[in-house]
Amino acid sequence: MIGKYRGNRQAISALVRETEIHRDLYLDQELFELEMEHLFANTWIYVGHESQVPKIGDYYATTIGTQPVIMVRHAEDGVKVFYNRCPHKGTRLTGETCGNTGRFFRCPYHAWTFRLDGSLAGVPLKTGYDGTGFAEGLAARGMTPVRHVHNYRGFVFGKLNDGGPGFDEFFGEALSSLDNMIDRSPVGKLEVAGGVLRYMHDCNWKMLVENQTDTCHPMIAHQSSAGTAIDVWQSAPAGAQKPMAVEIYAPFMSSYEFFQSMGIRVWDNGHGHTGVSHSIHSDYSAVPGYFEQMKAAYGEARAKAILDENRHNTVYFPNVMLKGPIQLLRLFKPVAANRTLVESWTFRLVGAPDMLLERTVTYNRLINAPTSVVGHDDLEIYERAQAGLASNGNEWVNVQRLYARDEPEQRNVVTDGTSEWQMRNQFRAWLKFMTMGL
Amino acid sequence: MKAMTGPPSDRQLIDFVLREARLLDQQRLEDWLDLFAEDGHYWMPVEQGQTDPRLTTSLMYEDKLLLKIRIERLKGKSTYSQSPKSRCHHVLQMPQVDERNDEERHYVTWTPMHYVESRAEEQTLYAAWATHHLAMIDGALKIRLKRVDLVNCDAALGSIQLFL
Repeated sequence: MIGKYRGNRQAISALVRETEIHRDLYLDQELFELEMEHLFANTWIYVGHESQVPKIGDYYATTIGTQPVIMVRHAEDGVKVFYNRCPHKGTRLTGETCGNTGRFFRCPYHAWTFRLDGSLAGVPLKTGYDGTGFAEGLAARGMTPVRHVHNYRGFVFGKLNDGGPGFDEFFGEALSSLDNMIDRSPVGKLEVAGGVLRYMHDCNWKMLVENQTDTCHPMIAHQSSAGTAIDVWQSAPAGAQKPMAVEIYAPFMSSYEFFQSMGIRVWDNGHGHTGVSHSIHSDYSAVPGYFEQMKAAYGEARAKAILDENRHNTVYFPNVMLKGPIQLLRLFKPVAANRTLVESWTFRLVGAPDMLLERTVTYNRLINAPTSVVGHDDLEIYERAQAGLASNGNEWVNVQRLYARDEPEQRNVVTDGTSEWQMRNQFRAWLKFMTMGL
Repeated sequence: MKAMTGPPSDRQLIDFVLREARLLDQQRLEDWLDLFAEDGHYWMPVEQGQTDPRLTTSLMYEDKLLLKIRIERLKGKSTYSQSPKSRCHHVLQMPQVDERNDEERHYVTWTPMHYVESRAEEQTLYAAWATHHLAMIDGALKIRLKRVDLVNCDAALGSIQLFL
């Protein structure tokens, strides 16, 4: 069947207007498949953190877009990323999500074995391939590597296509959010810790990404959860110490003025962040001993500069959201046009007090779990949007708030915290990477 | 319920667990919250065999304040995820009394169960093991800890809005 969009640059370009987005971006399965082939292949996609594979032979199986891949530590100082299939019959090489494979990957079907660098180590009854030209074929090359892999201070990204920008060009100044999160460790090191929360969403992945810089929804959509938390806490006995949970919930009910003045910074290639001057994470209680550790490690001025940064949500386009001040990373894994797996990962600041990790995992549980009331608020909205967009009354989504005509020429700007500029920035990047090379 | 004078019988422990599930099914949630001791917790781990609720995250780890927020929220007018409302249904195996410490008035029961949560056209079945840590406080049984281990605690789940 010939679709509407495959190979049709003009048709795809017509979907993204300056201030309106066509509903097919959320509903159309053909576009979703083109996203996997172009957008998720021309850009740098987060794979995992190297602390997930600390020892040689450790592996972690995940996806880039919808492609199954496997990250493995093949040497003390290096990780590689492969497509997760046996070059023989296509069998996925791992069953568990993570583990240690020893010195070889061994296919469970015919026991072909592969070294940790992906090369073919052995094939049983190999004489059967003598004189067949096997050595010249694809199978003899072993596991297919993801061609472009970059490890940035422990965060491993992969790019499937040869096209698209290099790592530094793609992220540019946006790496400052990752830097800040890592620098919050007195030894400049993070470790994945605290478990992962996995929450299935029946909606398009882009709704989640847009929502990360949508600052006009918390006081409305989360009134039910954060607002109730405030109400219930107000009936607590006077003088009771405010629990961590209330400290986490309450700022979701901050005013429009709070969100307006926090600011949004918009970077190239669809990246951007809310919370330039302050954020919902600014007023958490101090953790005893932590600042002293930071001061000893960095000196007072630098330690203060690191901790005064309170960026709210940083979007690494297309599908990562990072919260530096609480060491949390959410990954929006596309499954289908109407299905997204949300994984919420947390990190330990190596060398810092445990209470920071405790706050991070508490935040994750209260906000990002499939049992989280804040999560329920958001998913209800996404699913209603997914359903409502089927309406033929209007085929366009509006992203016009605080639009200015000269936006596309501007780079690395700070704007009003309630602007939808960052959403428009994401759709401009979407179009760029969808049509690159067409 | 009448104040108990002596230690609870196995039958009384079992009846307590059965009644707790019934209160949930009937959404008598204030009555349900009263079953918890003041320092009681409801814990739903995210990892199989999880031992730590503090430095490892969980699906739920809630004290009475958080449970109260949840219960109030379910009733709220602006709780869009409860429009329409969810319903739930427990099927319990007979609870087993695993530990009995009459001296400290501390008791542990083990209850395998199936749980159904439904909302509008959707209905989802979960399987779980519930472990109740019960204490006798002022002549009444109270929940110190209700631990719910979902069989698929680490799967990519959809929303669970009520209580297992």
